[in-house]
Amino acid sequence: MKPLLIRGGRVIDPSQGQDAVADLLVVDGRIAGMGQGLGAPDGAEIVDARGKVVAPGLIDLHVHLREPGREDVETVATGARAAAAGGFTAVCAMPNTDPVTDNQAAVGFIVKQAQAAGAARVYPIAAISLAQKGQQLAEFGELVGAGAVAVSDDGNPVVSSHLMRMALAYARAFDIPVADHCEDPALKANGVMHEGLVSTRLGLRGIPAAAEEIMVARNLLLADLTGGHIHLCHMSTRGSVELIRRAKEKGIRVTAEATPHHLTLTDAVCEGYNTNAKMNPPLREAADVAALRAGLKDGTIDAIATDHAPHHYDAKERDFDDAPFGIVGLETALGLGIRELVQRGVLTLPELIDRMSTAPARVFHLPGGTLKPGAPGDVVIFDPEARWRVDPIRFFSKSRNTPFAGQELAGRVVRTFVAGLTVHRGETT
Amino acid sequence: MTERFLGKDLLGLEPLTADQIRFILDTAEPFKEVSERAIKKVPTLRGKTIVNLFFEASTRTRISFEFAEKRLSADTVNVAAAGSSVEKGETLVDTARNLEAMRIDMVVMRHPSSGAAQFLADRIRSNVVNAGDGTHEHPTQGLLDLLTLRDKFGRIEGLKVCICGDILHSRVARSNIWGLLKLGAEVGVCGPASLLPLGIEELGVTVYRRIEDAIEWADALNVLRLQLERMHAGFLPSLREYNRVFGVTVERLEKAPRELVILHPGPMNRGVEIDSRVADGPHSVILEQVTNGVAIRMAVLYLLAGGRPEMAEAAKGRAGEAGE
Repeated sequence: MKPLLIRGGRVIDPSQGQDAVADLLVVDGRIAGMGQGLGAPDGAEIVDARGKVVAPGLIDLHVHLREPGREDVETVATGARAAAAGGFTAVCAMPNTDPVTDNQAAVGFIVKQAQAAGAARVYPIAAISLAQKGQQLAEFGELVGAGAVAVSDDGNPVVSSHLMRMALAYARAFDIPVADHCEDPALKANGVMHEGLVSTRLGLRGIPAAAEEIMVARNLLLADLTGGHIHLCHMSTRGSVELIRRAKEKGIRVTAEATPHHLTLTDAVCEGYNTNAKMNPPLREAADVAALRAGLKDGTIDAIATDHAPHHYDAKERDFDDAPFGIVGLETALGLGIRELVQRGVLTLPELIDRMSTAPARVFHLPGGTLKPGAPGDVVIFDPEARWRVDPIRFFSKSRNTPFAGQELAGRVVRTFVAGLTVHRGETT
Repeated sequence: MTERFLGKDLLGLEPLTADQIRFILDTAEPFKEVSERAIKKVPTLRGKTIVNLFFEASTRTRISFEFAEKRLSADTVNVAAAGSSVEKGETLVDTARNLEAMRIDMVVMRHPSSGAAQFLADRIRSNVVNAGDGTHEHPTQGLLDLLTLRDKFGRIEGLKVCICGDILHSRVARSNIWGLLKLGAEVGVCGPASLLPLGIEELGVTVYRRIEDAIEWADALNVLRLQLERMHAGFLPSLREYNRVFGVTVERLEKAPRELVILHPGPMNRGVEIDSRVADGPHSVILEQVTNGVAIRMAVLYLLAGGRPEMAEAAKGRAGEAGE
């Protein structure tokens, strides 16, 4: 394997408080050094990163890669390739596949498919309960042994408080987080969008903020009771942010993520019955977006995660009630983060990289998220100034369901490296 | 003047201006007379093909549209979801494309999903008339209610109209709220809070928690049908209690400071939201609503057809005939 020397970029590594022009050396797939005027080892590939940002590869805690079961809309390979195009060097794949990733063989299959893909790393998240039915715990020990980094019944909430208590307690032996899609199913009922003025006007059934917050509060209480690590997926309401903030002050082991779309869009996007604005949890109100941004800034919300949810184009070409929830996000996340959070002064660029790389690695105890010597040679180079227009036809993902089509985003990935090997090369280089 | 006055479709009253709504009501006046003739037919839409596409059971609205179409001499086809390709799993987009391929001129659609009419309208060149989409809008019902109120009071502006019952699930309520507000009425809503949508006040209506207060305030009540399945979904305890607490009864109306006009979009649950003596009483305009429904639908179909440049002149001439 050729050594890799990335020269002259603005190297940002939140794990070391680094933000300065430097060279970065990767040898044998691992970070070997950072500094001014590093010499190139024999046979090294030299990449000129002047004018660009060099950062630890982005890490996404929450994607749906649909394999096995819906290979027509995404596979581990296409999802990992889309991730690399978005600057991600690792993604965590949710287990709501068909069949459900609830046993060690299924976890092993994801690992094998990811290795074959040779793009971003894919870390399986295994199910909390068998078949995600919410009744019997899956075998966490074997799942972790096969490569699972967390457990979640995402897609479904864990309805039973008893099961969640047991999951949090049992997971302690393996030091993995239990990630929950917080939703009270009776309150969500058959809702299709945020319950508020827009749903009232459109005549669409609403999902109240309380449907999320009730389960957030329950999970925090159970994490406190058990000492387990609860990870709260795709937070969407100001009430949730406040609950998490108070729980963190109390020392409860909680981490939380928010999606690029919940950090940027409101329920107003549902106007015209736009099915690409249909997601679960639903897009909320401006005050919720503001609270999520404040929470992301002050660390209440640890990480940005995309909840990348591919659907066939036919599936979204339906009336709003019948369209599925979710959008793809891997290839727009960085551009949205820079445009909406950095350029609008919510986060500094190092803070954005922290929330998209260093923090996610910390939350799920993953390698990466740092450029310290010995860390994996997972690196992204991007041009923070480059503007580009979202054209879903050009996505590496198999799916096109995004509400950001046609929008101009800021910040374009130039190269993505996993273990020192190029897994994506942007169009500009 | 009618050219594109309404645009291609009638999807709801929210997107319309007050002038557009008044224009439809005014256009309905001459069409009322057609239904009073021995030979109830004018040639206005001769040669036009209209599909009545009903994905939900409906008797009153479907028949009203069908009479309106036939009295305008249109060729009509009725498609009910049961037994059709829709029931066999055809998607709305495929249905739309097939209709388009058959070169039909207009589609009148009722659908259980909010936004379905807009979905269809965005995908076909034919005119689309929303005959009720989910819990969103039912614009021709809103218009016929406005026409009935205008007949009775001679005006809409300044009227106090309270819509009573299940506002949350009612497309009739939404169309009425928009239409009444745009024409300058004061609008109240009254019903159990479990059946009022969040943020309803922000639309510009006043919420009455007690039917007695609504009756004291209003000039007219539009009493909505209470869907019997709401009880099973936990929105209210029982129909009996609903009648006792929120029912529009003679006893309650007798305490009103003025005589109220009573509307109901039908079909009624006698003894639930409305007592028979009220429904059949002197202040009920429920059957006038039904009569006006045909005229309103004739006006809407005529205007949408007249919105086509190649039709505008001929259609206007024929409307003159109809008005004599």
